[in-house]
Parts: sequence; structure tokens; C-alpha cells
Amino acid sequence: MEEFLRILTQSMGELLAPTTAAYAMAAIGLNLHFGYTGLLNMGQAGFMLLGAYGFGITLTTGGSFWLALLVAIAAGVLFALILGMPTLQLRGDYLAIVTISAAEIVRWFGRSTLWQEWTGGASGLQGRYYKEPFQELSFLPEGRFALGPLEYINTGSDSWWTRIVAWGLVALVLVFVWLITRSPWGRVLKGIREDEDAVRALGKNVYSYKLQALVIGGAIGALGGVIFALPAAIVPDSMGRTMTFFVWTILLLGGAATVFGPVLGSMIFFAAYMFMRTGMRALAENTGVGDVITTTNVEQIGGMLVGVTLMLLVIFRPQGILGNKKELAFNVR
Amino acid sequence: MSVDDTTTAAAEVLRSVEHVPGAAKPNPLVVADHVTRKFGGMTAVDVDHLEVQEGVITALIGPNGAGKTTLFNLLTGFDRPNTGEWSFQGRSLSGKSGAAVAKAGMVRTFQLTKALSRLTVLQNMLLASPSNPGEKLALSWLPFLWKKHEAETTAKAMEILARFKLDTKAADYAGSLSGGQRKLLEMARALMTDPTIIMLDEPMAGVNPALVQSLLGHVQALRDEGMTVLFVEHDMHAVRHISDWVVVMAEGRIVAEGPPGSVMKDQAVVDAYLGAHHDTDLGDDALLDPEVLARLEAEEEKR
Repeated sequence: MEEFLRILTQSMGELLAPTTAAYAMAAIGLNLHFGYTGLLNMGQAGFMLLGAYGFGITLTTGGSFWLALLVAIAAGVLFALILGMPTLQLRGDYLAIVTISAAEIVRWFGRSTLWQEWTGGASGLQGRYYKEPFQELSFLPEGRFALGPLEYINTGSDSWWTRIVAWGLVALVLVFVWLITRSPWGRVLKGIREDEDAVRALGKNVYSYKLQALVIGGAIGALGGVIFALPAAIVPDSMGRTMTFFVWTILLLGGAATVFGPVLGSMIFFAAYMFMRTGMRALAENTGVGDVITTTNVEQIGGMLVGVTLMLLVIFRPQGILGNKKELAFNVR
Repeated sequence: MSVDDTTTAAAEVLRSVEHVPGAAKPNPLVVADHVTRKFGGMTAVDVDHLEVQEGVITALIGPNGAGKTTLFNLLTGFDRPNTGEWSFQGRSLSGKSGAAVAKAGMVRTFQLTKALSRLTVLQNMLLASPSNPGEKLALSWLPFLWKKHEAETTAKAMEILARFKLDTKAADYAGSLSGGQRKLLEMARALMTDPTIIMLDEPMAGVNPALVQSLLGHVQALRDEGMTVLFVEHDMHAVRHISDWVVVMAEGRIVAEGPPGSVMKDQAVVDAYLGAHHDTDLGDDALLDPEVLARLEAEEEKR
């Protein structure tokens, strides 16, 4: 029983974890791409990694926290422009191919020794090089604070301060995305998602709208990378394809083209993911299950189950938790 | 019979026009020259000269594969020609994008209806409104800047929807409409842009006969309001019923032009639709007669 409570507390902790916020942020950006505009971005992790690098490198070289945020956003914008300008004139699938390979290219450049003095190569940028300016901004008093069973230090890596900033950023961006998607601008995006040519025939510059969506969603993805880097280090190999597919799972779980889908999806995903892994580990240690599932296999099995979840979601509930069933009725062509 | 009166009024303007391919019109709105489009070795469109008269309904007909839709796509910027140029209201539109053509006032619909399924009928209409300030990203998040325009557009959209008897469906998803209703919606949506010329690609295809009557009425009403209509259609009854002028295409070329009453009797049109020897019974022994064969060959050479 005590063991079960511990697992439950750990899973609950994931609801507010900075990583959850980071993925929620990335999913909000992907939602703008896929949910509203119908763009298949298969490289959101590339945007996140670039954002994290922009943030981390600016701080290590002595820039301020705010400058670092701006550099991160600029990195996302630039990446979106480079990917979008040649491909958005082509059919949708090409963007998917280009984004997935571009994200990989960014990761391989990051882990190579080419710019090692900036990126730290394969072992990445350690948090201690860039965290200080961020933690100095904290106005929380020294010490620890407990919210129910969740207790963290006020200021530090895995702290309340990180959580406040992470979720504060998510809230800001969420309001911004809500405002722009409910506007006539957002309506044009949805029109493009349904049929580009129809929107073009009504005199709208489809290419420009798609590029705007890609840029904004990419910048939001870069911010997600910043949040991801706040409590941890910037390691290129932890921000690869797996990360992209986690973001997709989160978006489809919560519901594409909904406002709160990405946030809800991220919370549920990470709580369930933690519950599953700690649960399996506890079972493997304390019961006969250990003969079949050893504790060393738990991570791999967890990853596989995420893939299975993504498949089941797409097949049986493509509208996700918050999606509109009525909309789905005409989804099948 | 006011409809018939206006029909004759529109036809009156065209009375002086010669019944030949590429005939000059009194007030041409669209003028196209030497437009060709090749797909590999096949020439889909090869139009020397075409003028579309302002304020009348012009039908573009021809057998399957005649290049009607391809010509439509070229004129509206949805395809690029190999050669040729065309102008609209005296301004050159060749090489312009589909969006730019639509902005200039030349708005089209599609043969395969493009209703935006997961948008409501009203949203479909509102989307078409030109120069909506809320469609600029920089202003989109400040609703007070575009609320007024949005309200005006909504009123206009409801008015047009009412005319097409779609006003009760305004809140439904466009994907839930029937095929015929989608055709109506697409036409209504095009009207939201206040076009100078509306180009309809097979507006009657797949629409039930009861709806065809009202669709034809709508098209005529547009003309009577001063809009120019160019439409592609296979339904000869509809063409004869509403068009003021008919342009016939075959194998990429314009083979005949004229008012609907007489153009159908044109030998080139009959040949295009039925083949040159449609009244020769090939099972007939007459074919073995050298005299008949010689006549057929002579005819063939003349063409």
C-alpha cells in the first residue's frame, strides 16, 4: 500500500513537472501546424533542440535571460523559414520528409565535435553553465514548499520557480494561440487545412499563411525546448525522433485543433507514463513478474507502449479527448 | 416574362458578333491570345484567340478531353501555360497566381466541389470575404479591430445564403451538406468576394434535376445584376436554356462560337461531338462502293 501511494505521488508530480510543461508547449506549436493548418511537421524536436541551444549558448556566453529567450525564439523562426520557404509550395508530404531529416541534421551537428566549444558535443551543455541567471531571477524565499504530497525546493533545478516560469510561459502562449486561432486569421488556416485550392480560389495567399503558421508554431516549439532545458541539461540525443513522436502522441491524445488539448494531453501522458514505468518496476521487484519483465527492460517496454498508444489513438479516436466527434464524421475521405 | 426580356437584351448586344471561332466582341472582359498547354506530347489547349463579352452568360462546351477545364485552370492561375497571354479588364493576368487572379475579380468554382468540410456553412462564407482586417496576423489577436467588419460580413453572408436557401444550414458543418447543396454553397461563397466575373466549372454536374432549375435561375440572376458568367457544362439543355453565347472546344481548340440556338447546328460542332462520319453506316455495303469512299476521302481532306 505504501508502495502504491509512492507510485501515485510520483505520477501526480508529473502533472506539474517542468518537462510536462515543455512538451505541452511543443504540442501547442505542433497544434498550430497540424491541428489548425494541416502541416505535417515531423521534426518538432529539431525546433526544440535549436531553441534550447539558442537559450543555453546565449546564457553561457554571458547574455541575459531575456536576450536568451529572444535568441531561442529567433532560432525557431529562422529554422521554420529555412524549412518552409522551399517546401510549402509543394504538396504536404514533402514538409514531413524535410522536417524529420532537418531535425536529425540539427541533432547530428549538435553532437558532432564541429562546434563542441559551444554545444558541448555529444555530452551536451551542462545545466550549471546556464542556469544561474535564470535562478537569480527568482523572487521566492529560500527553503522548501510542500503542496500536499508534492514537495520541492523553492529555487533550483527541480524547483517551484522552474514550475512557475514553465507553466506561466505555457499559459501566456496558450492565450496568444487561443486569440489568433479564433480570429478570421485562424479561420483561413482551417480553410487551408480543409482544401488549399478552395482558399486560393477565394484570393488568399495560401503560401504566406502556411509560412506564418509554420514560423509561429516553430517559435513555440523552440520555447518548449527552453523549458525542457531549464531543469536539466541540453543533450542532443535526448531531443531526437522519440521526442517528436511523444509530442505527436500528446497532441493526438489531447485532441488536435482544440485549445487545451496539448496541455491536457501532456499532463495525462506523463502521469500515465510515470505510473506505468514505476508500476512495472515495483511489480518486477516485488512479485513473480520480475522473471518476465526485468527492471532493466521497463524503459524499453514503456517506449513500445507509447508507440502502441499512438497507433490505437489514430485508429480509434483520432479526435483525441477534447476533439469534436461531429467534426470527425467528415474526416474520412 | 422578365427573364426572357433580359435574355434577349443580353443576346441583342451579341447580335452583331460574327459566328466564327475567336470572334471579336463589343465589350470584351477577358481576352486571351495564343494560349497553349502541353502535357507531354499531348496538346491539351491551343487557343488562338478568345474574347468573353462583359455582362452576358457564356457557355464553354465540348466533348470530354476538349481542354475546357484546362483552359479554366490556365485563365484562373491554377495551371501554367506553355505559351500565351490573356488580360482581364485590360490588365494582363498571365503568370499571376490563383490568389492574385481571384483578388482581381475573376473568381472560380471547381468541377469537384471544394466545400471546406470541417468549417460551418457560415464560416465557409465568411472566409471568402476580401480584405478582412482580422485575417492579418498582426491584428488577429485584437478582436475589437475586426469585430465590426465581421458583423457586416455575417449580415451579407446570411443574405446570400438566404438567396440560395442555405440560411437554415448556416451553423451546420459544410461536410454534412448534400452534393447539390455543396455546389450551391460553393457558388454562394464565390459571390462573397464580389467578383466581376464568376467562372463555374460544371455547376450542374451531380445536382438533382429539381435543384438544377433553381441553380439556372441563380446564374441568370447574377447576369441580370451585371455580373459576367463563364461556365463549363455538359448538360446541353442547361446550356441552351441560360447561355447568351456558346464557345465550343474540341481537341484543345475553339472550333465554333455563336448563340446557343444556331451553334449546335454548326457542322464543326456536330463533327466534334459525334465524329465526322456519324451518319455513315459503316456496316453498309455502300462503303464498298468506290464512289462513296472517294467522297468520304475528299471530305476528310477538306477538314
